[in-house]
Amino acid sequence: MVLCSLVSIFTTIGIVLVLSIDTFKFFAEVSLFDFLTDPEWTPLFEDKHFGILSLLSGTLLTTAIAVMVAVPVGITIAVYLNEYASKRFTAVVKPLLEILAAIPTVVYGFFALQFVTPMLQQIIPGLAGFNALSPGLVMGVMIIPYITSLSEDALRAVPKSLREASYGLGANRFQTAFKVIVPAANSGIIVSVILAISRALGETMIVAIAAGQQPKLTLNPLESVETITTYIVQVSMGDVPQDSLEYRTIFAAGITLFIFTFLLNNISFWIRKKYQQRYE
Amino acid sequence: MSPKTKDGIFKVFAIGCTSFGLLTLVVLISVIVYKGIARINWSFFTNLPSRHPEESGIYTALAGMVSLLVFTLAIALPIGILAGIYLQEYGKRNRLAKIIEINISNLAGVPSVIYGILGLQVFVRWSAMGNSILAAAFTLALLIMPVIIVSTREAIKAVPDSLREAAYGLGSTKWQTIRRVVIPASFGGILTGVILSVSRAIGETAPLIVVGALAYVPFIPEGPMDQFTSLPIQIFNWTSRPQQGFIVNAAAGIIVLLLFTLILNGIAIYFRNRWQKRTLI
Repeated sequence: MVLCSLVSIFTTIGIVLVLSIDTFKFFAEVSLFDFLTDPEWTPLFEDKHFGILSLLSGTLLTTAIAVMVAVPVGITIAVYLNEYASKRFTAVVKPLLEILAAIPTVVYGFFALQFVTPMLQQIIPGLAGFNALSPGLVMGVMIIPYITSLSEDALRAVPKSLREASYGLGANRFQTAFKVIVPAANSGIIVSVILAISRALGETMIVAIAAGQQPKLTLNPLESVETITTYIVQVSMGDVPQDSLEYRTIFAAGITLFIFTFLLNNISFWIRKKYQQRYE
Repeated sequence: MSPKTKDGIFKVFAIGCTSFGLLTLVVLISVIVYKGIARINWSFFTNLPSRHPEESGIYTALAGMVSLLVFTLAIALPIGILAGIYLQEYGKRNRLAKIIEINISNLAGVPSVIYGILGLQVFVRWSAMGNSILAAAFTLALLIMPVIIVSTREAIKAVPDSLREAAYGLGSTKWQTIRRVVIPASFGGILTGVILSVSRAIGETAPLIVVGALAYVPFIPEGPMDQFTSLPIQIFNWTSRPQQGFIVNAAAGIIVLLLFTLILNGIAIYFRNRWQKRTLI
């Protein structure tokens, strides 16, 4: 049983070890400076460039679009369900919204490519068949329940006395919600946003299907981009020889992604620990 | 703007946001059913994959998914549940417990494609399992382990101490108390976690691609070392084909996959509600 409980530690050590070993071998051949500054990423071509920036820009672009959709919508729904809606409404709507988070991501990928992109092309004429916008938007919808669920927990944890004090001073529902409850729950809401960002950074299938496979240093949402996760999938599906430099690129790309999500998760954990007991 | 108008505007905006979420869900399901329902017939379930979309079926993909799931659960359930019980009932509130707790919450946030890289190196290559079902099952098991551990702990935490004390008072040992009182009382919660982890496991695509699931498998896997495909992999493959016929197949495959996911989640919600009501009393 003790061993079982250590399985999580072994997994983490495994991930770090596996990623670092081949990343070290990768950096024996490619300089870290090139990796961080070269604007091109073309390891699978004759003229090889290893600039992570173009994969990173694709990743950050799709994530930013998703977050711009999910954060306002997710938090608004959380405030509404907690401060405005009736118990029965919440009891029906919340599980329905949570279905959004349970749908397999390959399904969202199909939806983005086959429905959202053609629909957007009607509105934006110059939109490429593969683009950052459509998967970004769909990913945003997917992470709404993460934000709503965690923010709602935070809002619910605000003691009733604060709410009653605010009403007692003559504030209405809107003032109570946004001047008292939301500020009191802000650490929990921030945690929900951080975790949603981390989820979007690591999302694979939606972008692999609908964003394309052209690493490009761009922030234009109408163009085709490639994310770190898509690149890993692309190499896995091809026949890249094992122990080659091309093979090691997925470890270098993987560790970059891992560092980002690891930092975000730890920040959120730290915020939660620091502010959790404030009202207990 | 008076607080009252702001209140009204927010209400309209919030209802708009909620409808947006629900509407997307409805549109998504309608689009997929509209595109794929015509392809759902008996031969779709019994045919092997083929170059001709109208003759292609999901027989091997379904078989691969089911065998993958059986192996994954056989690995993840005992380890995950025992770990949850240990951490909650035996674990001391010391440094190690704290590290494990941070660790588990961290693992839950690691992108699934990274688990794929871990599986590729540790199971496929170092353990020489090759691109087999077993290697994929180990990878998925690691992926769903945090869900099982956390939900087991939560379920056990909700068991009131009075039950434990009653068991001790009757002279039971610690293990007897866990085995005869705590586990039965938290069974619903543990089961909910298991069902949700199954729903997660059947929808995972990226890690399977990385550990080498094949898109075209014209045979049923017979043992743990066989190569395999799975329903999400088959859907991904069909989605990336240019021919319209394969897009229809992808939509039909998604209908089947969504049915599994929605039924599993429905059962989990049902259990959670029933179980929550009981523990509240």
